[in-house]
Amino acid sequence: MHAESRYLHIEGVGKSFPTRNGEFVALRDIDLDVARGEFVALIGHSGCGKSTLLNLIAGLLAPDAGLIILAGREVREPGPDRGMVFQGHSLLPWLTCFDNVYLAVERVFGGREPKARLAERTRAALELVGLAHAAHKRPAEISGGMKQRVGIARALAIEPKVLLLDEPFGALDALTRARLQDELMRIVAATGSTVLMVTHDVDEAVLLSDRIVMMTNGPAATIGEVLAVPLPRPRDRLEMAHDPVYLRCRERVLEFLYRKQTQLEATV
Amino acid sequence: MHAMTSTLNARGGGALLASPSAAGGNAPANDAAAAAPSRTAPMRLTTAERAEELKRRALRAALARLLAPVLGILLLLLAWHLVARANGQLPTPGATWDAAMKVFSDPFYRKGPNDQGIGWNVLSSLERVGIGFGLAALVGIPAGFVIGRFAFAGRMAAPIISLLRPVSPLAWLPIGLLVFKAANPAAIWTIFICSLWPMVINTAVGVRQVPQEYLNVARVLALPESKVVSRILFPAALPYVLTGVRLSVGVAWLVIVAAEMLTGGVGIGFWVWDEWNNLNVPHIIIAIFVIGIVGLALEAMLLLLARRFEYSR
Repeated sequence: MHAESRYLHIEGVGKSFPTRNGEFVALRDIDLDVARGEFVALIGHSGCGKSTLLNLIAGLLAPDAGLIILAGREVREPGPDRGMVFQGHSLLPWLTCFDNVYLAVERVFGGREPKARLAERTRAALELVGLAHAAHKRPAEISGGMKQRVGIARALAIEPKVLLLDEPFGALDALTRARLQDELMRIVAATGSTVLMVTHDVDEAVLLSDRIVMMTNGPAATIGEVLAVPLPRPRDRLEMAHDPVYLRCRERVLEFLYRKQTQLEATV
Repeated sequence: MHAMTSTLNARGGGALLASPSAAGGNAPANDAAAAAPSRTAPMRLTTAERAEELKRRALRAALARLLAPVLGILLLLLAWHLVARANGQLPTPGATWDAAMKVFSDPFYRKGPNDQGIGWNVLSSLERVGIGFGLAALVGIPAGFVIGRFAFAGRMAAPIISLLRPVSPLAWLPIGLLVFKAANPAAIWTIFICSLWPMVINTAVGVRQVPQEYLNVARVLALPESKVVSRILFPAALPYVLTGVRLSVGVAWLVIVAAEMLTGGVGIGFWVWDEWNNLNVPHIIIAIFVIGIVGLALEAMLLLLARRFEYSR
């Protein structure tokens, strides 16, 4: 019934970690629905559990409470129906860029398609991120921005139901970051991907997202506010700089992060 | 001896003297090039000069690098010479050199089972090391993988390894003799059991230290275990495995000499013992050098192999 608007359905999810001083409650009562083709950003101060939430959706962690349903199936373990781009690029240093992507392609399509088709998919993915020319290079031979693009190519090449980005541009310089954000917008528009992105960059969140999920400070973090970003696409970074809607959204997020959440922190 | 050292010193001093003048000669040329970049003739001269200067600098650096090790060896020879002169029974470096020339003039003679050239002795020792070490690698590396990958297996193996690893190589020899009822397999058995542990332990450590981020890649893709091993665990652990291999070969080469002294037959260890019984001390010293050089060569070969498999992150 709600297949499209509740493509990714998160209900009452909580997660605690055992520590020496007892249970540490990282997340509680997370309820979130992501529609198919939607771009959602998770933003919050560091330590608010946004990466934990992403890892729960990826299946790398199991929730203590609640459930996560992706395209009608409960998430119980990691799987290639979710494409993950890690904070560190996580490319295998002994494989070329091509082989790094091919490893993922082979895993997902290997049984059904001939090798030539797998290689074609790999090349197409590298082309999508503009790295066809670096296919034969190893991660150590390319820049940080290029590595992150290979990571995106690897995640996209397996045609995942949802793309999970964990602060993918956090380690890059501002100029490279801006270029990759533009590129990500172009790729997402071209592929119609459903994206969940963790970030702590307000401009990045507003520029890229359809909705911004703002998280309260940990411990026991949860969703504080959800802000829709009613900006038409394609969005141009320069035009956005003085677009009233953009500026209002930006202000709302900043206000949440620096007024409401710092006050909360002070009272805790 | 003295003459040689002073020659070397003079050479080193010369190199030191040459450097400031060469640098002084280079600096004005640089200025000229900077002041008149449009004039091609001085530029070309400068590049030629610079190449010449670079070549000279490289040669000097190479000589300087060689100086310390050469001095070290000369110091060893000098100490040996002095001890031999004072002692009287120990052959001097010169006498040993003469004996070595004779030994190496015919390294592959055969006069019966107990009297063979040094070449045969070294080769049969290497053969034993090769078989014992090869078997240890076949068992130790896969075992290390299992121990490193599965925590349960690791906990199972921990007491066994802790208990058996510190045992002296020669304590294993009687067990080998008992089981195999022959000297040669017993020596190989001793090599096997002693060179096993470094490979097991290093492989296990290598597999355990594989960064979680690589394993997360495997997990989110849900890669089958065979791919995890071939694409992630093996390449990530390979430098550690090769360190284990290098340590193992070193141990094997240490152990073989001791084992052969006890088992007899043909081999460099037996040769040492045999020459001791003949009171042929120069030959014992020659054997010590041969053992050292072969050990060094084994190490260098494996280091070269390890470099080939290094990757940069």
